[in-house]
Amino acid sequence: MVAVSSWGRLGNWEHDVQALSDKHQVVQQLKSSRPGIAYGMGRSYGDVCLNPDGVLWNTTGLDRYISFDETSGRFACEAGMLLSDIQRLAIPLGWILPVTPGTQLVTVGGAIANDVHGKSHHVFGSFGDHVQKIKLARTDGTTLECGPDFLPDWFSATVGGLGLTGIITEVEIQLHRVAGPWLDAETVPFANLDEFFYLSNASEGEWEHSVSWIDCISKGGIGRGIFMRANPSEVSPRSEPKGLKLTMPFVPPISLVNQLSLRPFNMAYFNIKKWQAGRGIVHYEPFFYPLDNLLEWNRMYGPKGFFQYQCVVPREVGRDAVQAMLGEIARSGEGSFLAVLKTFGNRQPVGMMSFPQPGVTLALDFPNRGERTLKLFERLDTIVSEAGGRLYLAKDARMPRDLFEAGYPRLTEFLQYRDPGISSAMSRRLIGN
Amino acid sequence: MPDSQKRIVIIGATSAIAEHCARLWVKDAAVNLTLVARNPEKAECVAADLRVRSPQSMIRVLETDFIDPLAIQQLVDGIVAEGSVHTILIAHGSLPDQTVCQKDLSADHEALVVNGISPVLFAEAFAGHMQQANQGTLAIIGSVAGDRGRKSNYVYGAAKGLVTRYAQGLQHRLANTGVKIILIKPGPTDTPMTAGLKQQGSRLASVEDVAMRIVKAINKGEQVVYAPTKWALIMMVIRHLPNYMFNKLNI
Repeated sequence: MVAVSSWGRLGNWEHDVQALSDKHQVVQQLKSSRPGIAYGMGRSYGDVCLNPDGVLWNTTGLDRYISFDETSGRFACEAGMLLSDIQRLAIPLGWILPVTPGTQLVTVGGAIANDVHGKSHHVFGSFGDHVQKIKLARTDGTTLECGPDFLPDWFSATVGGLGLTGIITEVEIQLHRVAGPWLDAETVPFANLDEFFYLSNASEGEWEHSVSWIDCISKGGIGRGIFMRANPSEVSPRSEPKGLKLTMPFVPPISLVNQLSLRPFNMAYFNIKKWQAGRGIVHYEPFFYPLDNLLEWNRMYGPKGFFQYQCVVPREVGRDAVQAMLGEIARSGEGSFLAVLKTFGNRQPVGMMSFPQPGVTLALDFPNRGERTLKLFERLDTIVSEAGGRLYLAKDARMPRDLFEAGYPRLTEFLQYRDPGISSAMSRRLIGN
Repeated sequence: MPDSQKRIVIIGATSAIAEHCARLWVKDAAVNLTLVARNPEKAECVAADLRVRSPQSMIRVLETDFIDPLAIQQLVDGIVAEGSVHTILIAHGSLPDQTVCQKDLSADHEALVVNGISPVLFAEAFAGHMQQANQGTLAIIGSVAGDRGRKSNYVYGAAKGLVTRYAQGLQHRLANTGVKIILIKPGPTDTPMTAGLKQQGSRLASVEDVAMRIVKAINKGEQVVYAPTKWALIMMVIRHLPNYMFNKLNI
């Protein structure tokens, strides 16, 4: 047994970890195993990838390329491959993953199971929109292949399916043409939410990538923020960055994100970015994955770990709901370090259980301060629920079942595709088994 | 095949360490790579991966019996007949369960053959050809376990000890030739078994780091290489511990 945690580090639970490294053996391994759940890089924040006292199938050994057609951009690999390995192979050859989350240190299987989204959602949708084929191994010893055009119901259940429909072993993706690794980026400060929505609407047609950091703590500055947008650039101004990697070397005894550090941080971040505002050429890695060079940054929240709270609310009520949530957070005195705001594009997701929906998404992280943090979440839940929104399962460790069921109306349909030999802490908490 | 491509042969190409060495080789330059494996299905996955990494490289899979001396001789003769080989990496092995070996002689036998006799037969089959050509580098993966017998894994250790002594002898035989023999002794390595997980207790070396150390040692022609390097120091201490102290250790 090995102690395993997820990215939020809310606890360390004993698991029976079984390595999957030969795709031909996976079906046999699953068949002879107790119920478990797939575990890749452990970058989801809550309990979607955990199964305390049970089995974890570690997929990171399934890390091989299968094929890549440089003329069509069709790419195939095993499911434990990291998105960074796809980007580093494809970009020099003129192809790129059109959708990646805020880190590229996740497996492609995890990216599908959580149907992750990124800064390009308003143009390219979510990760599942670019998947052409999934090979799924089931614990009853069978395998199946699904895609948008064959077994589309299985495909729709598996994209965003939280790993509960089977183990993804192989994947085929359609990459997108790109000139190179550089982006033409612009940073625009905004003073309040109305300005944010104005900027967001104005950017959607002309900018491929957009995301905002929002100040949710500074007195008099709540709702102000920094709007970042970018387009692929054809120029290559200088040699590529070296990618110096630092590691957070230890777990501090208390969270470094606290009442003392948050105000100065938010103040400083806003003002530095405001000062740097303008247009420039940047490399895709620091723009898309700003924290990937600080390995194990999650340790800075101390031994109790942290929660991510990410919701999406419909566009019509988006401004008021976000305003109300920021108000609740300010009143609570809890603050968020990495508060991120983005509007989603107007399209329905591929997966039955996918998170993105038309509207605006707000992501916040909070050091785990026990009851008072959970109480704040209850007040935020009320706002999300009244707005007709939902929470992101890849980030969740605590949402109540009624909010889950209200937010994911296709749940009953999804359950027909579940693999009875697969179970996670999240599935037991939210579905009951 | 372009003559400029370096010819590399990997025996036991589906082992995690060997696979990562191959990834480093194809990253450096296009090579001509022969992957020899017991399990061709898995080896083909490794080959496909390497072809995507390096479309200019020539990569093929050969299947053979790893126990039969005749099969080994034929395979090696065939490979050498096609042209001279720059680098050979003998990487196969499997970690047996020591307690099973103590009760079951056939498990014992298999562990000794797979980890000891088989790599030696492959090396011996190449050695004569290399001596004749007066060039090439042959690297064999031994183990720190071969440095001193320990109760937790002495059957595996004995097989790897055989490899150690054999490599020493071969280095002596080929000392005044252009052939380089390299013995690699990896410490406990983090194979996919534990990757990405928060291990409690000792930290294992990453397979990428071990592979990088091996490829570097082959380029430099070092004779004996511990990977990671810290194991040279650890094993020096363990080798020199007097018995009255050693016997108290639960290792």
